[in-house]
Amino acid sequence: MIKSYPERLIDENGLRLDGRRPDELRPIKLEIGVLGNADGSAYIEQGKNKILVGVYGPREIHPKHAELPNRAVLRCRYRMAPFSTEERKNPAPSRREIEISKVIREALEPAVMSEYYPRTVIDIFIEALQCDGGTRCAGIVAASLALADAGIPMRDLVSSCSAGKAGGEIVLDLFDLEDKYGEADMPVALMVNLNMVTLLQMDGKLNPIEFERAFTMAIEGCRKIRGLQVEALKKRYQGIVEREGTSEFDEEDT
Amino acid sequence: MSITPKPSIISILEQNLIMELAAKNRRIDGRALTDYREIKIERGIIEKANGSAQVSIGKTKVMAGVKLELGEPFPDTPDEGVLTVNAEFTPIASPTFELGPPGENSIELARIVDRNLRESKAIDLKKLCITPGKKVFIVFVDINILNHDGNLIDASTYAALAALLNTKMSNFEVNDGEVVFKDGVQPLPMNNYPVPVTFAKIGRVLMMDPQLQEEDVMSTRLTIGVDKDGCICAVQKGGMGELEPDDVRNAVGMALEKSKELRTLIIGGS
Repeated sequence: MIKSYPERLIDENGLRLDGRRPDELRPIKLEIGVLGNADGSAYIEQGKNKILVGVYGPREIHPKHAELPNRAVLRCRYRMAPFSTEERKNPAPSRREIEISKVIREALEPAVMSEYYPRTVIDIFIEALQCDGGTRCAGIVAASLALADAGIPMRDLVSSCSAGKAGGEIVLDLFDLEDKYGEADMPVALMVNLNMVTLLQMDGKLNPIEFERAFTMAIEGCRKIRGLQVEALKKRYQGIVEREGTSEFDEEDT
Repeated sequence: MSITPKPSIISILEQNLIMELAAKNRRIDGRALTDYREIKIERGIIEKANGSAQVSIGKTKVMAGVKLELGEPFPDTPDEGVLTVNAEFTPIASPTFELGPPGENSIELARIVDRNLRESKAIDLKKLCITPGKKVFIVFVDINILNHDGNLIDASTYAALAALLNTKMSNFEVNDGEVVFKDGVQPLPMNNYPVPVTFAKIGRVLMMDPQLQEEDVMSTRLTIGVDKDGCICAVQKGGMGELEPDDVRNAVGMALEKSKELRTLIIGGS
């Protein structure tokens, strides 16, 4: 395998290795309702990232002792396929995957109205099929759509995007090379309508001014992504509502 | 699989008290929102380790030990030593800690400590390379939680940093790629001193260094790691709640200030 180290992450025109401007997102494709068996599902492509999310539930929980009497339990697994990266990823769950599963669950918890479904579980399975940086954010974007597709009530959609520093510039939505060789990466998840941050991590080195710029940029990115999420939901459901009328649709949903 | 944890058992009276006090910017032990409990650091308490430290913050007690071994570098950093951080939630530390393989909380804790040390480039790993691509020093930082009374992230990172500052490695020479140890010791080459400051959000208020009861009540946890240059090197939100963007900004501002005072305490005396 040939290893290439980028000489610089930003060229003389201020453009990034993949030709983007510093504040530009990668192209994003969202699809909802892509799995036959899952109660809700969504697929996201963001640059080279390809991630599939399936939601099952609310359903009976096993083992029974994990249930909570006043709310649904959320269970979340983020997993990278062994073929998703340059070097084969060992299929055993890594420490990174365990941590990411936790922070993604914690990013979705504030949105899901779990109190409607006591003693049940809502399972969220995030399968990263191809990874190119920013997969936890893309996973959250798709997971939030899959939850909506499963008809689970939420206080808001969760939108997510990272910002950071690469080649001395504050940049939005870092891809793999910028994440690896850049100076800092900060994934953020935001419930845009409520203006609440539900995920925040950072590694690297940012002075307070750069931190503020990156944080604001990531929030802007979340807002843009929310627009795409709403569009994707409309594309999936507006047709059905118009074709079959709202009453029938409501019946099927309840 | 990450699963919604069972809520901790804390009396409703106590919960209400903590919430009501927080609304008035007060806390159950009388501390101000930006006060830490008393921090004590003992260094070099484990003679068989290359470096060690025990940190207590109030009743929270954490021990960190450093061991150095020879090994192979990672393929993507052939000319750097290797840093490995592990955390053990020993069952003596809390009735809620169970035996078994590391859970998501101890993995998250170890990874936050790791992130602070790695991203601030605390250890000069280039100086721990012997033969590029073949032989380097591996720095094992092992964290043992001895008593859990809240704010394990800060206690563990301070203990890890104090242990690294306490670490002594044998003098050595490199002959034909082989390491020959000589008399005498030298300190571990250190570049930076990251200090995390952890907040709990209770009601609408952010408070530093939450003790266990406060952690049981908090909606959200936020850790801001600050390096010696006043740059932010690690951040982690935890817990099932949410933060206003301005909470984050306020926390960063407060952490930048507080970390200076804490750093003096951690470095001092080593």
